[in-house]
Amino acid sequence: MAGYILKRLVSAIPVLLGISIIVFLIMAMIPGDPAMAILGSYATPENVEKLNRDLGLDKPLVQRYLIWLGNLVQGDFGRSFSLNRAVLDEVLERFNTTLLLAGTSFVICSILGVSAGAIAAARQFALADKAITFVVLLGISIPSFFLGMMMILLFSVNLRWFPVSGMWPIYGTRDLSALVSHLTLPALVLAVVATGVIARLSRSAMLEVLRQDFIRTARAKGVHERGVIWRHALRAAMVSIIPVLGVQAGFVLSGAVYVEIVFQWPGVGRMLVDAILKRDILLVQGGVVFVAACYVMFNLAVDVAQSLLDPRIRT
Amino acid sequence: MKHSEITRRVLLAATTATVVGLGAVAASAQSPANVLIVGQIAEPKSLDPAAVTAVNDFRILMNVFDGLVRYRDGTLEVEEALATDWTISDDGTVYTFSLRDGVKFHDGSDFNAEAVKFNFDRMLDEGHPYHDTGPFPLSFFFSAVNSVDVVDSMSVQFTLNAPYAPFLSNLAYPTGLIVSPASVEAHGSEVGRNPSGTGAFKFVEWRSNEAVVVEANPGYWDGAPALETVVFRPITDANTRTAEMLAGGIDLMVEVPPVSLSEFQGDAFTIHEQAGPHVWFLILNAKEGPFADVRVRQAANYAINKEAIVNDVLEGTAAVAAGPTPPAFAWAYNENLQPYPYDPDKARALIAEAGAEGAELTFFVTEGGSGMLDPVAMGTAIQADLEAVGLEVSIETYEWNTFLGEVNPGLEGKADMAEMAWMTNDPDTLPFLALRTAAWPDQGGFNSGYYSNPEVDKLLEAARASTDQDERAMLYKEMQTIVQEDAPWVFVANWKQNAVTSDRVGNFSLQPSFFLLLDEVTKN
Repeated sequence: MAGYILKRLVSAIPVLLGISIIVFLIMAMIPGDPAMAILGSYATPENVEKLNRDLGLDKPLVQRYLIWLGNLVQGDFGRSFSLNRAVLDEVLERFNTTLLLAGTSFVICSILGVSAGAIAAARQFALADKAITFVVLLGISIPSFFLGMMMILLFSVNLRWFPVSGMWPIYGTRDLSALVSHLTLPALVLAVVATGVIARLSRSAMLEVLRQDFIRTARAKGVHERGVIWRHALRAAMVSIIPVLGVQAGFVLSGAVYVEIVFQWPGVGRMLVDAILKRDILLVQGGVVFVAACYVMFNLAVDVAQSLLDPRIRT
Repeated sequence: MKHSEITRRVLLAATTATVVGLGAVAASAQSPANVLIVGQIAEPKSLDPAAVTAVNDFRILMNVFDGLVRYRDGTLEVEEALATDWTISDDGTVYTFSLRDGVKFHDGSDFNAEAVKFNFDRMLDEGHPYHDTGPFPLSFFFSAVNSVDVVDSMSVQFTLNAPYAPFLSNLAYPTGLIVSPASVEAHGSEVGRNPSGTGAFKFVEWRSNEAVVVEANPGYWDGAPALETVVFRPITDANTRTAEMLAGGIDLMVEVPPVSLSEFQGDAFTIHEQAGPHVWFLILNAKEGPFADVRVRQAANYAINKEAIVNDVLEGTAAVAAGPTPPAFAWAYNENLQPYPYDPDKARALIAEAGAEGAELTFFVTEGGSGMLDPVAMGTAIQADLEAVGLEVSIETYEWNTFLGEVNPGLEGKADMAEMAWMTNDPDTLPFLALRTAAWPDQGGFNSGYYSNPEVDKLLEAARASTDQDERAMLYKEMQTIVQEDAPWVFVANWKQNAVTSDRVGNFSLQPSFFLLLDEVTKN
């Protein structure tokens, strides 16, 4: 097992190196440089040149990449000029809040999605199945930024059950209940699409398992139907559901961008969008490399989990 | 089974009720009196006045810092602030300021002539020990300053390399705000997160991506503010900002999108409006193509229905512009100037006279950007108006930074017209940087349409060299008449900044400078 993990870790290095080159080149090639973004209307060639010099952007491309990579390897992500603070501090802080949002969402969509899929499969063609299939289709089809705005209008502006935006109250205590009230709407909105996808795939995975012989055997020996579904069938179906969960975890992380903007959640997605608009090169590069590294780790974790469930994969 | 079923349902119901209940409690908590929560459009970059360029940051800074001078309430005319008096030498190159006695920075250090010198040297002198706390992108506002000298502890002298009339109003701009030297020495390049000024409010804390909190400075030299605390919240999404305002999460909201204004009709809210030193225009390429002919440029001014743009596209959040200078510069604005009327027939006649019927035009449009209002919708309306008088317009759209990269180096060989907007603090700035012959892009200016009129050049040079406001006003007024006639631009709109306050907020008014001044605001 340790050898398998080590091999996967080593194979991640070229991936990350490639990502660092791509993101560096993209930021170097997009029109409009940071000095232009800072100076706006005042961007005379003279002012731009001076500011680029102050920002250290007047060096050749290769040299800039090597300096950046060299610092990166030593854990120095540089300094964001648009926020005037260390990139790593900002990325870590923002990534944690995204993880909280995406993690909560992921738990919601996993539990709801798998249960809904299992129920639909167990009651194939019955009313429950049709209702679930319909709701799931609806959930997959609604864009999350629209759903988010509608939820804000209903639950925050009209009913005033939840705060509109942000992560903490501006005044008052920062306790768990404050966090939960801020987290509820964005986490639910973010979970909707993934719940739908997971539910559909869980349903088909379950249907396949339910047709197999050991299920008939279980029923024949008198196991209660609930036990058949939740204990026997679901466990077998999990082998094909877990990779889907892994993919959806990635989806929830990247989908967080829209939700973070609508709910002003101070996460890494919103940070990257702002940073791109402001041409904050180091913040974009550092943020993307960090998130990419997390994705690689995440995929690794999923593969390991899968290989624990199904030893045939471990080759 | 039955039993566990019931337990589970009870549990589920209890959880739901708790979550909803908690949310309800947290959301309905009223914000305390004397705590004003301001919905800002973005996270500030820094709270170091010398290091920032955005109006969004200025809104906070103007409440924490003072400059030597400031704009008189409701105007763009300069009055005393940290300086109580000043004299200007006859040749307009030496300014001597007497400083206000007994003023202390929030960190307890004294405000004096040394502090003033420290601030300008830090920005302008590359050898200054704290010059590395920059970069200082707007330091060129003071590029005319040769030296800053301490005369005695309460008077300071600026020597300029040439007469430069906008100097005083640049001092009133946020780039000229005075930072405590002790705070720069203590925090180095982190001073932007640990600001210390002399203003009406003291900095308390900056919670990243959440809020900047300031509290009243009871010893403020101009009278302690009525509010105890002000919280600036960054809410980048305009719809979310509107929702926060409706839900009571913020007390004051700036830059309300035109389409959301109708949400705030009624007694619970007050809408504030104030025209500012802003002008939205089209740069016309006067060097080549159809717009090289002044008649076609005038035709474009007649053909575009500016009333429809400000009323329908911008929902009344802007006024029709008459010339290159915004009316907010009341002292320098030529009241006799009438906007080009909407007259498609006259436009067609002028185009026919110039033989430009059916000319094909390339039009650069931006997707957004500072002061650009609703550029895509406005660009489309303009395209339709020009096509109605027989010009073929094809739009090319660019993201803002890319757009600046295309437009600022000049339109030659690329486009016939481009959108642009400027917000300035002195009537000198925009025409000097964008209408003079010596401001063509190859000479480092913003005259991207290559307009050139020696008469205008002469007027602008003379206005910059004069220190007499009445004389300057006369020169600017004459310049406006000529430029309007020459039509190097299509003069479209002057933006009215807006804000909404809740009914708990009192004594608030917007300033023509677009700064947000909160020292007299109340909240019950």
